[in-house]
Amino acid sequence: MTDTSPPDSTNAPAAPGSALYRHRLTTRLWHWLNVVTIFIMIGSGLTILNAHPHLYWGQYGANPDHPWFNPPHAPSFLTIPAGYNLAIARRWHLLFALVFAFGLLAFMVSSLINRHFQKDLRIRLKELAPAHLWFDLKEHLAFRFHDPKNPGAFNIFQKLSYVLVIFVLIPMMILSGLVLSPTMVAAWPWMLDLLGGRASARSVHFIAASGLVLFIIVHLVLVILAGAWPEVKSMVTGWWTIPVDHDQEEAA
Amino acid sequence: MSAIISRRALLTTGALGAGALLSGCDQVANTPSLRKILFSGEKINHGLARALTDRNSLAKEYRPDQMSPLFRVNGTSNPNTASYNAMAAENFANWRLEVGGLVNRPLSISHQALMAMPARTQITRHDCVEGWSAIGKWHGPMLGTILKAADVRTTARYVVFTCADLYSGHAYYESLDLIDAFHPQTILAWAMNDRMLSVAHGAPIRLRVERQLGYKNAKYVMRVDAVASLAGIGLGKGGYWEDRVDYDWYAGI
Repeated sequence: MTDTSPPDSTNAPAAPGSALYRHRLTTRLWHWLNVVTIFIMIGSGLTILNAHPHLYWGQYGANPDHPWFNPPHAPSFLTIPAGYNLAIARRWHLLFALVFAFGLLAFMVSSLINRHFQKDLRIRLKELAPAHLWFDLKEHLAFRFHDPKNPGAFNIFQKLSYVLVIFVLIPMMILSGLVLSPTMVAAWPWMLDLLGGRASARSVHFIAASGLVLFIIVHLVLVILAGAWPEVKSMVTGWWTIPVDHDQEEAA
Repeated sequence: MSAIISRRALLTTGALGAGALLSGCDQVANTPSLRKILFSGEKINHGLARALTDRNSLAKEYRPDQMSPLFRVNGTSNPNTASYNAMAAENFANWRLEVGGLVNRPLSISHQALMAMPARTQITRHDCVEGWSAIGKWHGPMLGTILKAADVRTTARYVVFTCADLYSGHAYYESLDLIDAFHPQTILAWAMNDRMLSVAHGAPIRLRVERQLGYKNAKYVMRVDAVASLAGIGLGKGGYWEDRVDYDWYAGI
């Protein structure tokens, strides 16, 4: 399988306009699987939230108790199914929860084996230096997202956000989701203790989902700003055409 | 293709795709063959839960100070039928729990006899399918004790509960497999929060199944029957909500 070979970011910098093998097959499969899965999870999750739109902290929480947040009613153009049907929403949510959880597991195992995590997502200490963060932030605000010397490498904000999604937000979604299952939490009570109760787990589930939605919005905006077509193409075929830098464009 | 046009094309495609996916989901749920795949999640989740977890694991039991100050009433708050009102007026003195079906010794247990049985007290969390939870103290005999006394036949696979409250003219009903029926925390509670079970919470007895969602915890239980199959019960899916609105029979998630 040629696809498991890692993208080569150690060679001499590739010239703008040339193509670079950037995303492995497993990364691309997981990405598009998640596009569908997360879409279904959010749509069905909003229907489930509509069933009791109050969030609490602690072991329990119901109408007589004090909610910390009453999320607004999710409109029918965002929910699955469109008309309120808790039973059908749960069918979608609990089937695709399996795809979501086992998809993450498969991606994590394959990304450790093909060294995607170690090579592309490892955060080096010097990248976290304030001067470096400040420099990258300014580059972002100037819409320059790629290091011309190493265009295939992720910048620090990409690394941080991908690490946050892969190792914090999605695992937190799965863990807090499992705590909501009375059977699973009876068998594995440490999960309940870790999150501080079922009502808390439901709140954590909502907060982590909100974090994922925020990530998706920022991700989509940045894909469009960074060059929508080459970015989407690279996530389909694996090959990314290095964009011509704006400054170079102007200078030319 | 200019960058602006391709950007617009991608955005349009994305928006159309999202819309198609949303309405597609509703199409899937309404197409029998695809609906079957959608509904297969219940069996996979049930199988996984049984395979990955200890069948005898106990739901968390809480301290008295962790109980909900007010345990909300849900579902039927009063069956309010002539026969139920008559029983309630007598404080269920002449009510009897009928235990039958595939048993070698059908039983008819009076309220007094039920309350005299060895009982379990548990402070547990009630999780409604809608998302809220409440912690209460339940007290009553283990269902397993009663089923053993009735001597359930080996051909039985499920236990069906028939209740006094009516939903669109039909008595509420629910069912469990034998694993949950014989689970030590599965009790027929006749007391709640140190008081006799109130009408609003399911008097004279409410089934407690601590590892499943609220709708499995049937109130106003009148009959318990051991059966070999759920095919002949209601519309065949084992419970009122399962038959009428496609709720999962396995409500452990």
